[in-house]
Amino acid sequence: MTQKTILSVENLVVKRGKVTVLEIDRLQVSPGRSLALIGPNGAGKSTLLLTMAGLLPIASGNLYFQSQQISSSSTFAMLRQNAAVVFQEPLLLNMSVEKNIAVGLKFRNLSSAEIKKSVDEALAYFGIEHLTKRAAKTLSGGESKRVSLARAFAIKPKIILLDEAFNSLDPPTREAIIDDLQNILQKTKITAVLALHDREETLRLAQDVAVMSEGKIIQQGATAQVFQQPVNEYIANFVGTETILEGRVMSCTAGNMVIDVNGRKIEAVGDCSIVQQVFCCLRPEIVTVSKYTQEKISARNIFEAKVSKITRQGLLYKLSLECGFPLVAYITIPSYEELEITQGAIVYASFKSTAVHVIPRDKKTTF
Amino acid sequence: MELILQGIIKAFHLLVSFDPEVMGITWLSLKISGTATFISLFIGVSIGVAVALNDFFGKRLVISIINTGMGLPPVVVGLFVTMMIWRSGPFGFLEILYTPAAMIIAQSIIATPIVMGISLAAIQNLPPNLRLQILSLGASRLQMVWVLVKESRLPLLAAVMAGFGGVISEIGASIMVGGNIKGYSRVLTTATVMETGKGNFDLAIALGVILLLLAFTINFLLTQIQQRQQSR
Repeated sequence: MTQKTILSVENLVVKRGKVTVLEIDRLQVSPGRSLALIGPNGAGKSTLLLTMAGLLPIASGNLYFQSQQISSSSTFAMLRQNAAVVFQEPLLLNMSVEKNIAVGLKFRNLSSAEIKKSVDEALAYFGIEHLTKRAAKTLSGGESKRVSLARAFAIKPKIILLDEAFNSLDPPTREAIIDDLQNILQKTKITAVLALHDREETLRLAQDVAVMSEGKIIQQGATAQVFQQPVNEYIANFVGTETILEGRVMSCTAGNMVIDVNGRKIEAVGDCSIVQQVFCCLRPEIVTVSKYTQEKISARNIFEAKVSKITRQGLLYKLSLECGFPLVAYITIPSYEELEITQGAIVYASFKSTAVHVIPRDKKTTF
Repeated sequence: MELILQGIIKAFHLLVSFDPEVMGITWLSLKISGTATFISLFIGVSIGVAVALNDFFGKRLVISIINTGMGLPPVVVGLFVTMMIWRSGPFGFLEILYTPAAMIIAQSIIATPIVMGISLAAIQNLPPNLRLQILSLGASRLQMVWVLVKESRLPLLAAVMAGFGGVISEIGASIMVGGNIKGYSRVLTTATVMETGKGNFDLAIALGVILLLLAFTINFLLTQIQQRQQSR
């Protein structure tokens, strides 16, 4: 365990009854950074999160917090004093907002002046000063969420753990709360672990990612690195690689492979020792669309394609193309207008071989 | 009809004149049932919360037993307590048969499963993650339990009402272990039965009205507290 770790687990096993629900070889949380746990439902994100918060018993393995092993009841209590958890449901107590936020501080036997100061700070963090005297049960979903976040931040934890904390919120409220949380995490430098379901949330809130499946971590690293090089189909889908094609490596020379996808040949750069069955992952922003075929272009992959669907997505147009295999491309509004693309039109889609991310098929995880 | 009318008039007279005997019986009823409810609250909430919060082998069986206990027939409790404190019984040395103490014990046994069952259900009905949430805010186990009990205060008030209502109006156990001794262990229910048997309907009606008023007043007060909490 390095010193640059606030919380880490080694060979951790957590059981529910006799069933092993979590088996983590190694996971480290760096201080001041945010780690997202992503994965499908039932992957074990919440279990890992609650275990890291000292709320679930460990069957075997080690859990460390600030270099101290968490094993006895006193060390578990110490971890719980320093960690705060925010659950999916706000779980507010049947009392006023102010008293709810003060709950954790009262457990610490702080003076009323200290409690008031911390409560006021937490209220200000989330812009809910106007709710101070309101009864918790009269709050809206967004307000309740802000109060539960404020309650967690009020105790000034060394690490905050959020278990799918934004799931039940409507999109505008979710946006606003994530904005606030992003700012607060940056400002306070509190370490965070977040179980998340959404790609955008992960990109916005987490510098590191651990991808989970069936109680195990299947990939971890810096968010950008994991997103650029997903190790399997699920992660590729999660991180937004819109096109995932099954193919077979036909030839491979000098690090340049030719992959057969539905009879079409896609060129990609990759390890030639790779197995034959692969997934080709193509992010929509790397696909260039033109009306006419271009000669002398560096892109190794050029396909004639029919536009099967056009969807407006914010400031972009999403083109669903059919070129012997389905392909998704994003183009900007000016490009869309200049090209005068209509549904059913024939266009040319091109992308570089370096932009194709190849995932060996045998690492595929079935979800 | 005249009998009933006379009875009601006499009852009214006894009530407004604060008849010492009637007031004594009322006060004793309140003391015995109040104490029994308080004891049952302490034992019932403790065990109810402990059962709700812990997972153990046979938990469902225990819950079934508690739920059955909620409908415990007072005469069965009376019989059991009488046998226990009978001169030759295991607790005969206490010499408490036909005393208010014996009545408190019997009524506590009747009310405890009611309070236990309601508090158990109340704690089990709280969101499953609330326990973890409270612990994660730095609470000790004892603090966590206290917060959960406070969170269940509305159903717990219902438990008090049900427990008190159950014992103030029961007769079987009280008459068996209390003996209905005038000025000593005579309570509203036992007195009502006796006066009815003697044909003193006026007194019986007065006692019945007091019993109803008492039950209503206590429940009205508790309902006020409950509803105030609810709307808070």
